[in-house]
Amino acid sequence: MRTEQKGWKEIPIAGVCWLPSTEYITGDWRTFRPVRDLEKCNKCLICFIQCPDGAIQWKSEIEDIEFSYQYCKGCGICANECPKKAIEMVLE
Amino acid sequence: MAVEWKFTLKDLAEKPELLMPGHRACAGCGPATTYRQILKATRGPIIATNATGCIEVVTTIYPYTSWRIPWIHTAFENVAANAAGIEATLKVMKKRGQLKYDHVDVIAFAGDGGTYDIGIQALSGAVERGHDFLYVLYDNEAYMNTGIQRSGGTPHGAWTTTSPAGRVIPGKPEYKKPIADIMVAHGIPYVATASPAYWRDLITKTRKALEVAGPAFLHALAPCPRGWRYDTSKTIEIARLAVETCFFPLWEAVDGEYSLSAPSKVIALKPELKKPVREYLKVQGRFQHLFVPEFEHVIDEIQRNVDKSWRRLLKKCGMA
Amino acid sequence: MATLKQKTLALNGNEAVAYAVKQSNVDVVAAYPITPQTIIVERFSEYVHNGEVDAEFVCVESEHSALTACLTAATVGARTFTASASAGLALMHEILYVTSGCRAPVVMAIASRALSAPICIHCDHSDSMVERDAGWIQIYVENSQEAYDSIIQAFRIAEHPDILLPTMVMLDGFFLSHTLESVNVLPEETVRQFVGTRQIPLVRGHEAKVVPFKLDPENPLTMGPLDLYDYYFEHKMQQDAAMQTAPQIIKRVHEEYGEISGRRYGNGLIEPYRLEDAEIATICVGSTAGTTKTVVDQLRDKGIKAGLLRIRTFRPFPTQDILNALEAVKALAVMDRSHSFGAQGGPIFHEIRHSLYDASIRPHTVNYIYGLGGRDMPQDLIHQIYKDLQRTLETKRVERLVQFIGVRE
Repeated sequence: MRTEQKGWKEIPIAGVCWLPSTEYITGDWRTFRPVRDLEKCNKCLICFIQCPDGAIQWKSEIEDIEFSYQYCKGCGICANECPKKAIEMVLE
Repeated sequence: MAVEWKFTLKDLAEKPELLMPGHRACAGCGPATTYRQILKATRGPIIATNATGCIEVVTTIYPYTSWRIPWIHTAFENVAANAAGIEATLKVMKKRGQLKYDHVDVIAFAGDGGTYDIGIQALSGAVERGHDFLYVLYDNEAYMNTGIQRSGGTPHGAWTTTSPAGRVIPGKPEYKKPIADIMVAHGIPYVATASPAYWRDLITKTRKALEVAGPAFLHALAPCPRGWRYDTSKTIEIARLAVETCFFPLWEAVDGEYSLSAPSKVIALKPELKKPVREYLKVQGRFQHLFVPEFEHVIDEIQRNVDKSWRRLLKKCGMA
Repeated sequence: MATLKQKTLALNGNEAVAYAVKQSNVDVVAAYPITPQTIIVERFSEYVHNGEVDAEFVCVESEHSALTACLTAATVGARTFTASASAGLALMHEILYVTSGCRAPVVMAIASRALSAPICIHCDHSDSMVERDAGWIQIYVENSQEAYDSIIQAFRIAEHPDILLPTMVMLDGFFLSHTLESVNVLPEETVRQFVGTRQIPLVRGHEAKVVPFKLDPENPLTMGPLDLYDYYFEHKMQQDAAMQTAPQIIKRVHEEYGEISGRRYGNGLIEPYRLEDAEIATICVGSTAGTTKTVVDQLRDKGIKAGLLRIRTFRPFPTQDILNALEAVKALAVMDRSHSFGAQGGPIFHEIRHSLYDASIRPHTVNYIYGLGGRDMPQDLIHQIYKDLQRTLETKRVERLVQFIGVRE
C-alpha cells in the first residue's frame, strides 16, 4: 500500500511522521492464519499478551477475544502458547 | 517500594495498545512482544526514546509510526543521552512550575546492539548522573537489524554472521557480557532481568522500575526467530526454556540487594527442575553446529558457564 | 531607540559567552569540557551552583552525549546551549547532522581549535570548517564583544520559526577564548526581552491533528523516523529551504540587536572594512580580521587602497553580499585558517572562487593558508600578503594560486 508520494513543501518538517501504522496492513504477510476453536477457548488472554503485533484484543462489547486478521502475520505464537490448544494454524 | 499493583490480563487488555499494530517487525518477533508487555505496565504520561535497531526501524518507517506516545530516535549509541536530555528538561520545567503533569515517565529502549557495546558509554554516564528514567534492554543477542552480527550480548558458541560456525572456530568464542550485573555495580536503585514468557513477572518489574526514583534498568531476553533460527511460533517457548535452563535466570536487585524471581526461585528450591542447557541449545539453529563430536565440548563449556553463573547468582541472593 | 546604558566587564571570550548564555534564559545546558572552551562550562556551572540561573546543567560523559542531550531537550521544548572545540566537535559530528535534521534550535559556541593528530590545543578553523555541510548556521566572531553579542542573537536566529536550524558561533581558541577584553554587557532584562520565550511552531502529526512541534504526552509525535529513498531527499530540501531563508532573518535580528546595543558588525552577514574603493583586499574570518584591520589602516595611511572583507556568517554563505562588497577590488587574497588536503586551497577560497565564477567582477584571487595549530599571524605577515597583492595589481599576474604563509619549510 503505497501512499501517494508528497513533495517537500507538503510534508511536516523534521521528519515528523504523519500516518499511524494502523493504516498499514501486515495481514497479507501470512501463510497460515490462526483459527480459534470457541469450544476449547476459555478466554484466558494468554494469546493476547504474547502476540508480537497486538493483533489479538479483548473486545468488552462482545465479551470475547477478537483476532485482527488485518495485522496478523501468522507467526503461530498464539497457537503454540494456548494452554487449551484452542488455536490451530490453518493454511491461508 | 510502592503499593503492589495487582492486575489481570483483562485489566491489561483494557489498557490501550501504546504500540499500534501495523508495525513491520518479523512474524514472531520477541522484542515486539516484549515492548507490548512493557508498555502495558506504564501508568501515566510517558516520553519514550529508542536507539537505532530493529524495533526503532520497524515501528517508524516514514511516514508511518506505531507509537501512540511521544517518541524520538536520534542515533545508535546515545539513547541514554537522549533520555538524559528529556529528563533534564522535564526537571527544569517542573522546577519552574511549567510542567502540566505531575510526573512524566521517561523510557529509553535499546537492543543489545545499542547497549552492550556502542551504547555502554552513554548508559554508564546517564546512570552515574542519576537521571530518573527507565532503560529497557531488549536483548536478541546480536546486531539483528543489520543482519545478525555478534554483539557483546551474544552467548558463547552462538552462530552469527561475524562469529560464524566455521571449521576452525565454532561460533562466538567470547562469553555474554554481564550487563545487568554491571548496572548493579553502578549502584542504581533497581535492576532486573525479565523474559516475555513470564509476562506477569516482566510487567510487575517494569512497573517497579518506573516507580523507582532514579535510574532503573530492565534486561529483557527477546528471542529472534530470524537470528536464532527457529520457527516463528516458538519465540515464547524459547524465552521460557532460557529461564528453565538457568541460561537466563530471572532476578531483581533493589538497591543492590539481589533476589530471585519466582520462575527462577522455584528452580533454586528444587534443583531437579533445572533443565540441562542442551535442551535450550538444540531448538535453536544458531547452536546446531555444536551438536557434532568435534564441538560437543563447547556445549559442556556452556553448561559449565551457566552453572557457574547460577551458583554465583544463588550466592548473591543468599540462597547458596 | 536610544542605546542603553551598559556595564563594562573585563571578560575573556569564554566568560563573555557564558555570561550571554546566563542572560538568555536557557533551560538546559549539557556540555563536556575541552580546551579551549573549558571556562565556558566552568563559569556556567558556577552560575548554576550559585543559583544565578535556574537552568539544568548536565555534566555529560562525552561531547556526543552533550549534543544529544541538548537535541532531545530542545525537542521537549527547552532552550539549550552547549560548547565544544576540535576533537569534541568532531566527536559530535554525527549528531550535528541529526540536530539539523530534527530542526532543533540548539546554540553552540565553538572555541576554534585544530584537529589532531598531532594533538594541538591551539587555534585554527579546521574543526568548524569541516562541519560546514551539516546544516548548521555558522557565525565567526572577531572579538569577545562580538562573541557575547552573537550568542544572544543566535538564540533568536536558531529559534525563528522560518529557520529552526541549530547555530554555532566560533570564537578563536586562546586568542579570544582566553584573552581578557572589555566587554559591554546589556542589562539582563533587556537580553531576556530580546531572546523572548521560545516559540514552538505547529506541525501535523500522525493523529491527523496540527499540534505543537515538541515531545508532549498530550499530543504525541514521532521524531527521527526511518526514511527510505522515497522521502529522505525531500526532508533535506526542507533544511535547504530554511538555509535559504536564513540570511534575511540573520540581518534583521542583527539590526534589531544593533538598535538596542549600538553595536553592529557590517550587515550581520559580512563586515566590509574600508572596502568601498579598495583595489587590493583580503577576505578573513575570525580574530585575524582584527589584526588585518590594523594593517589596512597602516596601508591606507600610506595612500594604498587596501581593504578587508570579514565574513561573519559563513553558513549560509552570503554570496551576493560578498560580490557587492568586492565591486572595486582588483586583487584579492582569501585567508584560510584551515586546509582541505588534496584540494587546491582552503574552504573559504573555494567558496569565494565559486562565487566569482559567474560574477561580472574578475579580481585576481589567491589563497593564503595561515595560522594552522595556533601559528601566530602577525602584522608583518599580513603586510606581506598585501605586498603580494600590490604586485599582482601591478603585474596583472598571479604568481602562486595557493600559498602557505607563516610555516617553516
